[in-house]
Amino acid sequence: MKLMIVDDSNIIRRRIERSQQIDRLEVVGAASNGREAVELFRRTNPDVVTMDLTMPEMDGIECVQELVALNPNVLILVVSALADKATAVEAIEKGANGFLCKPFSDRQLNEALEELLSASEA
Amino acid sequence: MLKEEEIRTFIEGATNYFETSAQQAASVGSPYLVTDGKPGAFEYTGVIGISGARKGIVYFTAPRGMLTVLLMRMQETDSSDENIKDLVGEVANTISGNARRDFGKNFVISVPTVIAHDPDKVSAPHARSYVIPINWRTHSAKLVVCLE
Repeated sequence: MKLMIVDDSNIIRRRIERSQQIDRLEVVGAASNGREAVELFRRTNPDVVTMDLTMPEMDGIECVQELVALNPNVLILVVSALADKATAVEAIEKGANGFLCKPFSDRQLNEALEELLSASEA
Repeated sequence: MLKEEEIRTFIEGATNYFETSAQQAASVGSPYLVTDGKPGAFEYTGVIGISGARKGIVYFTAPRGMLTVLLMRMQETDSSDENIKDLVGEVANTISGNARRDFGKNFVISVPTVIAHDPDKVSAPHARSYVIPINWRTHSAKLVVCLE
């Protein structure tokens, strides 16, 4: 399965790429804002996306909506520092499938990705 | 003005960041109030603008040495100036975003602005700021909260 990483922080993009240890996931690209992510999504058609929320150009919530409109089956894990419940609920309502709060450990990232994939297979 | 429990929110955000990202706890000194509009800064500062129900800024400021070691603890081998700036902005963003757990959705945070190599350029929008000293390994940093 193809994984796309969206975050305005280069360190976080690299960290997710390095830390994710799910055998069936292959990183196909990374974007630093929502607009870039939509373009990359059209080109690479990933199955799974990790999505930051606070980004320049186009924020994560808007980007989630755009990606779901392009492919309703895409699996989106929001990875954000915004820790309030209302934001997590909004992201899920707009089409995200999971929410991981920053900061995160490698174990938490992999568990969240596994959970996302397991839920989609159930 | 910040209430005591609001300061605690930022202290918890700072300690949680180091515990989770670096797997190494930081200690926090006693927070203190600065009233001259000059809370001070180190070589790198990540500034988050706050709008919505509260207005002001939150910034995290640290010396290069601390940020370089923090990058290494995160298994990041590239300690270029760009990555150091990215990290200081990300720390500020994470601690501020986590504060919404207590402050709620109307605590609106901006994307980070980074000020590097010119600590005198870092200023607070109001005279009164709370400074939370952070000690990690042999390094010192500060989290500054300046809200109306």
